[in-house]
Amino acid sequence: MGAARVSPVTVAAPAPAPLSPTRRFTDRFGDRALVGLTIVASLVAAALIVLIIYKLVDGASGSISKFGLAFLWHSTWNPSTSVGVRNANVFGAGTLLYYTVVTSAIALLLAVPLGVAIGVYLSLLAPGRLGAVIGPLVELLAAVPSVIIGLWGILVLGPFMRSPIMPALHNVLGWIPIFGAPSATGLGVFTASVALAIMVLPIIAAISRDLFLSVPMELKDGALALGMTRWEMIRGVVLDSSRAGLAAATILGLSRALGEAIAVTQIIGAGSAITANVFATGDTFASRIAEQFNDSTGLWTSSLFYCAVILLVIELAVNFAAQTIVRRFERRMGIAAR
Amino acid sequence: MAVVDPSTPLTVATGNLARRRRVDRFMRGAAVAAAVVAVAILAILIISVAQKGASQLSITFLTKDPPVGLSAAGGGIADAIVGSLLIVGVATAMALPMSVLIAIYLTEFSTPRTARPIRLALDLLNGLPSIVIAVFVFGLLVAGHGQTGFAASFALAIIMVPLIARTTSEMLLLVPKELRDAAHALGVSRWRTIFGIVLPGALGGILTGVVLAIARAAGETAPVLILSSIFGNSTTIDVFGTALPNIPMTIFNDSESGVPSDHAKAWGAALVLILFILIGNLGARAMLARQRRKAMAR
Repeated sequence: MGAARVSPVTVAAPAPAPLSPTRRFTDRFGDRALVGLTIVASLVAAALIVLIIYKLVDGASGSISKFGLAFLWHSTWNPSTSVGVRNANVFGAGTLLYYTVVTSAIALLLAVPLGVAIGVYLSLLAPGRLGAVIGPLVELLAAVPSVIIGLWGILVLGPFMRSPIMPALHNVLGWIPIFGAPSATGLGVFTASVALAIMVLPIIAAISRDLFLSVPMELKDGALALGMTRWEMIRGVVLDSSRAGLAAATILGLSRALGEAIAVTQIIGAGSAITANVFATGDTFASRIAEQFNDSTGLWTSSLFYCAVILLVIELAVNFAAQTIVRRFERRMGIAAR
Repeated sequence: MAVVDPSTPLTVATGNLARRRRVDRFMRGAAVAAAVVAVAILAILIISVAQKGASQLSITFLTKDPPVGLSAAGGGIADAIVGSLLIVGVATAMALPMSVLIAIYLTEFSTPRTARPIRLALDLLNGLPSIVIAVFVFGLLVAGHGQTGFAASFALAIIMVPLIARTTSEMLLLVPKELRDAAHALGVSRWRTIFGIVLPGALGGILTGVVLAIARAAGETAPVLILSSIFGNSTTIDVFGTALPNIPMTIFNDSESGVPSDHAKAWGAALVLILFILIGNLGARAMLARQRRKAMAR
């Protein structure tokens, strides 16, 4: 029995098939094309910011050169172009600046404590199941479009403000000029601020919940182990270590409140006089644009563009501030972690 | 030293501790109350819309154009539904490829130095009020030409891009690096890896982001107010030629009217819009939960 003899056959190695040139081409081309396309898309996004600034300033140039920076504090806003009318075609945004600040301040005053408290509840107190239901519900509030909040503000919140809220506040706190005579419709600066607070609330609540969840468990447990009550732990450890983050959350809420146009237009009542009474009507930068843009011409349009430029500058500054705070905070946390 | 009355049992808190416990209970109660307030606001909003809108909802309301004449009764909002779908659809068609490309650049090709300005730009775009974007698009496309549905789409696309780009890049980062490495090791080119492996792996998450962005865009009113608000009352599909009727403008106009029948129509339109948005949000949430479970399993 001879073992099957394997004849030493030299197998000629098959000549390596040349790489298909078409595939190499599509791959090389595909890679470059994709890199190129993604870079172009990213550059377009960055360029868009520049284009927005340019276009807005360009549209506002008529008003900027006519009124200059004094636009910010002069409060005459008179679109009439008829000859003989005093201050015809003169524009100033003093009233708008005032009411933009007032509405945003009231909105934050209402929404920040409430939002932080909701954050505390969701991150530290809510039993698992309940928190898993309430958290998404609060976020859902952010999804309600502002035009619907405005509609609700006119037809539900306004009448509720007219009675009993406004008379009650006026009767009890009427000696402070802020709580002056109630408005006849229930609409006005205060009602608009409440609507803004509803829109800002989910932002503050969601951010503060995430902030509080990120506070290290060891710190919370350590505080409780030292005999602190839950509230003392929350105040001393959780809130204290989240200060910067809460500032950033407030600023982001502010950014939303400052720029909201539609709901404010519907509710604030388009007033043009500056008064201390928050129940009176007023107008913000954003709501004035929404109200008058479609009717405006010439210098009037240009002045509304100027309002948009001011909003743009405020919003860019506010967002930069929030990011700076967050970055500084992250750096500090990075050092602390080391 | 504090004098301890030996007759009180140790488990009863007294003096300072009792006060601290009272403060604790009060503060925790306040936090619970805050959560109740937020949920109550949402409930009141939704119930108001559902209650006042439900009586309007009918086949006629959804399929008929509004009647001719100011504040005339009857008819429906078919024109606005068609217009909104077109405006948002065109906006999505513009925003989606753009945002996915940006997200691919950020996660696959960028260096930290090149990524920073792009992220900054996206954050700034995201922070801009929609009324500012609307005025910008007016200056860019409408001034001297007239309103068009497309101009509104363009503004909505600017609002959608940062939203979709952010969720997409987060989702692309979740795709395990090993999958990319394996594809590389097999000699697969970058673009085939991205289109064949990375994007399909993140598809669920990307869709979630897109749906949320669409839900947000559908309710945006400032852009359509400035860019597509002067329209007749019949269904049009001429996106590039004229302003299109749309749901947010219908609500806005009818809410400012003094006529009760207009208010009723506004509630009806609000119900249609809010149902669309709620279904989108809940659907997106469910999709995200499934995606997470799948990622966990991996």
